[in-house]
Amino acid sequence: MNWSVIERYLPLYEKATLLTLKIGWLGVFLSIALGLLVAMIVHYRVPVLRQIAKVYVEIFRNTPLLIQLFFIYFGLPKVGISFSPEVCGVMGLGLLGGSYMAETFRSGIEAVDEIQYETALSLGMSKAQVMFHVVLPQAVTYSTPAFVANIIFLLKETSVFSAISLMDLMFTAKDLIGLYYKTAECLTMLVVFYLLILLPVSIIGSIVERRLSYASFGD
Amino acid sequence: MQALGIEVLLKGSNFLRLLGGLWVALKISLIAVLFSIVLGILFGIVMTYKNPLVKIISRIYLEIVRIMPQMVLLFIVFFGTTRMFGWNLDAELAAIIVFTFWGTAEMGDLVRGAVSNIPKHQYESSYALGLSKAQTYYHIVIPQTLRRLIPLSINLVTRMIKTTSLVMMIGVVEALKVTQQIIEANRMVAPNAAFGLYLTVFILYFLACWPISLLATYLEKKWSA
Amino acid sequence: MAEKLLTIKHLKKSYGDNLILKDFNLTVNKGEVIVVIGPSGCGKSTLLRCINGLEPIQGGEIKLRGEIIDGKAKNIAEIRQKIGMVFQSYELFPHKTVLQNIILAPIKVQKRDKAEVIKEAEQLLEKVGLLDKKDSYPRQLSGGQKQRVAIVRALCMHPEIMLFDEVTAALDPEMVREVLDTILDLAKQGSTMIIVTHEMSFAKAVSDRVLFLDKGEIVEEDIPEELFENPKTERARRFFNTFEYDAVKHHTKTSNQ
Repeated sequence: MNWSVIERYLPLYEKATLLTLKIGWLGVFLSIALGLLVAMIVHYRVPVLRQIAKVYVEIFRNTPLLIQLFFIYFGLPKVGISFSPEVCGVMGLGLLGGSYMAETFRSGIEAVDEIQYETALSLGMSKAQVMFHVVLPQAVTYSTPAFVANIIFLLKETSVFSAISLMDLMFTAKDLIGLYYKTAECLTMLVVFYLLILLPVSIIGSIVERRLSYASFGD
Repeated sequence: MQALGIEVLLKGSNFLRLLGGLWVALKISLIAVLFSIVLGILFGIVMTYKNPLVKIISRIYLEIVRIMPQMVLLFIVFFGTTRMFGWNLDAELAAIIVFTFWGTAEMGDLVRGAVSNIPKHQYESSYALGLSKAQTYYHIVIPQTLRRLIPLSINLVTRMIKTTSLVMMIGVVEALKVTQQIIEANRMVAPNAAFGLYLTVFILYFLACWPISLLATYLEKKWSA
Repeated sequence: MAEKLLTIKHLKKSYGDNLILKDFNLTVNKGEVIVVIGPSGCGKSTLLRCINGLEPIQGGEIKLRGEIIDGKAKNIAEIRQKIGMVFQSYELFPHKTVLQNIILAPIKVQKRDKAEVIKEAEQLLEKVGLLDKKDSYPRQLSGGQKQRVAIVRALCMHPEIMLFDEVTAALDPEMVREVLDTILDLAKQGSTMIIVTHEMSFAKAVSDRVLFLDKGEIVEEDIPEELFENPKTERARRFFNTFEYDAVKHHTKTSNQ
């Protein structure tokens, strides 16, 4: 292991990590918003939109992100729709994650007992108030482990961005390995930086899981 | 109207080549799934032991798989071995090793979850009825475990198939790579073929995964009732 | 002249072909306590759910002070604020503390002043002996405590009528008393209530009028003293008999000799 090599490459890895973090978390937030929207459409049985939502979830849950990105980045421009690699990355991750988050919201909402709705309704709440104050907080608590797993999954999926020439961690590692043959150093740094991105999420995730299950449930 | 790739797809053996590429990825996932299921069941059973050393090691193994992108693992095994040790590890073999490493952990966790999910009362009431330990496992525990396990492990198959799309990044010639080659070869006659061809790959992957997902959902619903 | 609060006329309710309530009529005056008894499946819980607009009805009408109760109407949330309902399974919101459970609807739905609502909630909790539990989560309470909180939660909305749906059925025997005492207190204060219960001696003590329901219709309706001591119908007599057992010990002894 050559420390001077590591020192020389460090700034490149830092830059790549920031890019990975930025696109990864933007994608995560987009997927949560999209997932919530889709779950609401399905829950309230909005006509037409509900069928579209179902097709969307099935398609994006059953295709790899890499293929989705190739289609968005290389295919769509041929019919006049083109985006920058960054936008493609956020979009791809958001669409993929949206389909997973929608399922997570849905199963969380389903886990809330029907009679909890009725209780809230009998207190005079509107449907929106029931959803916001009573159902969603419980649904999110039920689904916390799945949410954490989804977030980790999405942040891991950022590793395919290099395929659409985003200069993320994978891209940087591959580039440096190809150029200078410092394989051991490059791979070690790749692992270390991914650990820096994902280990905190994993640790905080399990703490939150334990807290929530302690604070509100299990009588 | 610019051609969007359909005629390129139909030209010569292009479509067959594409299917051939898809088969390469499917083959890798199927082999990795088979190994993962066998090794995963063993690993899952080992994890139910109360030995602290077993617990620590399996915990670390699971955590590595949980947070390391499969792509990073692929790079380590493929570039790590070829470049650092000078082995000439075939890319497909590297992929099978990585996906088995990953799949074994996932399957093992599913097995452990399914086994430990059976309430203690089920064992107790079985013993109370006078069934032997072997009978209890055969008639009570294993059937219930399988009902939880089978839908989840079928899901693992679709995840495996989706993940094997990554092997193009270490140079395996699979569906995406073949598509790139076809697009490149027809750059002059059909500059817009990328749209139709990538859409085709997209649809092919969907057709490979969707029926399997449906089966998993069907079994899950059928057995949870 | 008694003031009519709730009127039900020709109510019909069915699930598919299964007729639950047929041509049901009832008038509840202000301050009246009505107890509904009957075998399971007789439609008594469904009746309460219909009154709160939780079930679509197939005919007839239910009115609270002249306003039609319809689960699909725009004003249903407003009407429900005037009807307090307590369920068998308590249904406290597990993610909120006792106090938060009570003040949620008054603040969010009725837009009342938070400090004032908290003050009232604390007074009500004090009355049922649970003020020290106000910051606990539901899972830290016993069943009887949860049910008293659920009652306070409904009361804090200042309802004009309270509906109790077998509120002690899920409780351990030693906790039944504390919940029923709370309801007796409400009766003393003149609350209007419809109570579905299996606790016969409580029913006798609390009610102004008892309805015996079977197969979706009122079989007998009377003041409690009459209906319990002196049932006029065969069906009511048979129902009361199900609560009594013939001793068997003596019988086995003699047959052994």
